[in-house]
Amino acid sequence: MIGIEHYLIVAAILFVIGVFGIFLNRKNVIVILMSIELMLLAVNINLVAFSVHLGDLTGQVFTMFVLTVAAAEAAIGLAIIVCFFRSRGSIAVDDVNLMKG
Amino acid sequence: MSLIELAFYGFSGVAVFAAFSVVLARNPVHAVLFLILTFLSTAGLFVLMGAEFIAMLLIIVYVGAVAVLFLFVVMMLDVDFAELKAGMARYIPVGLLIGVVLLMALGIQYTTWETSPEAAALRQNETPDMSEVQNSVALGRLIYTKYIFGFQAAGLILLVAMIGAIVLTHRRRTNVKRQDIVAQIYRDPDAAIELRDVKPGSGTE
Repeated sequence: MIGIEHYLIVAAILFVIGVFGIFLNRKNVIVILMSIELMLLAVNINLVAFSVHLGDLTGQVFTMFVLTVAAAEAAIGLAIIVCFFRSRGSIAVDDVNLMKG
Repeated sequence: MSLIELAFYGFSGVAVFAAFSVVLARNPVHAVLFLILTFLSTAGLFVLMGAEFIAMLLIIVYVGAVAVLFLFVVMMLDVDFAELKAGMARYIPVGLLIGVVLLMALGIQYTTWETSPEAAALRQNETPDMSEVQNSVALGRLIYTKYIFGFQAAGLILLVAMIGAIVLTHRRRTNVKRQDIVAQIYRDPDAAIELRDVKPGSGTE
C-alpha cells in the first residue's frame, strides 16, 4: 500500500535535486530557473499528498495558485534573461554587478 | 506487488531520474526535455493520488506552456553552454553536502510524524465522495465560490506577467517604415498636390 510518506519522500528528493541544481549551475541562469520549477513541483506534490491524505480539497486549490505563480515567474524570468542577453551577450549570472548593489 | 505500487515506483523513479538529468545535462535542450519528462511522471503520480484535475493542469500548463517557453528561449539565445559548465565540478561537493543534509532532515521529519486526531475536524473543504462528484467538479465548485477572489487574483497575476514579459522583451526598431495613422487622418487634401508651371528644360527645385 502506498502511503502519504512515499509521496512526501519523492517530493523531498525532487526538492533536494532542485537545491542541488542551483548549487551546481551557478552561472547558467536558465538551469537555475528550471531548478526553481523542480522545487515548486515538489511543493505541489506535498500539497496534493496532504490534500488527499486529509480529504481536504484546499490543498489542491492552493496547488493551482502555486502553479499560476510558477508560470508567471517562469515567463518573467525568461523575459529578463532575454533582456540581459541582449545587453551583455551572455547569460553568465555570477558576474551580474552592473548596479554595484 | 500490486499495479498501483508498480505505477507509483515507476513514475517516481522516472521523475527522480529525469530531475537529476535536468540539473546534470550537458545540453540545455536535453535539460528542458527531461524537465518535461519530470512533469509528465509527476502528473502520473497526481493521477495515482486521485487529483486528476491538477494532473491535467500540470500537463497543459507546464508541458504545454512553461517547458515550451524554456525550449524557445534556450534555442533562441546563442549561448555558449560549454563555457557556463566549466566550473561545475568545483561546486559538486558543497552541493552534495547541503543536499544530503537537507534530505536527511526531511527524511527524519517524514518518517516520525502522525496525523493529529483533531485534524479531521479542522478540514476547511471536505472532499466529497469521489463516486458521486468528480475531482474537477468538486474543485470547480470550490474555486468559483469560496476562492473566487483568489482565483481572480491568480488571473490578474498572469495578466501582469504577460504584460511584463511583453514590455521587457519588446524593442522598437528605428530604421523601419511605419504607418502613421494620425498623420494620415489629419492630412490636408489641398496641400497634397501642388501644381507648378514648369518651364521646359529647367525642372523643379
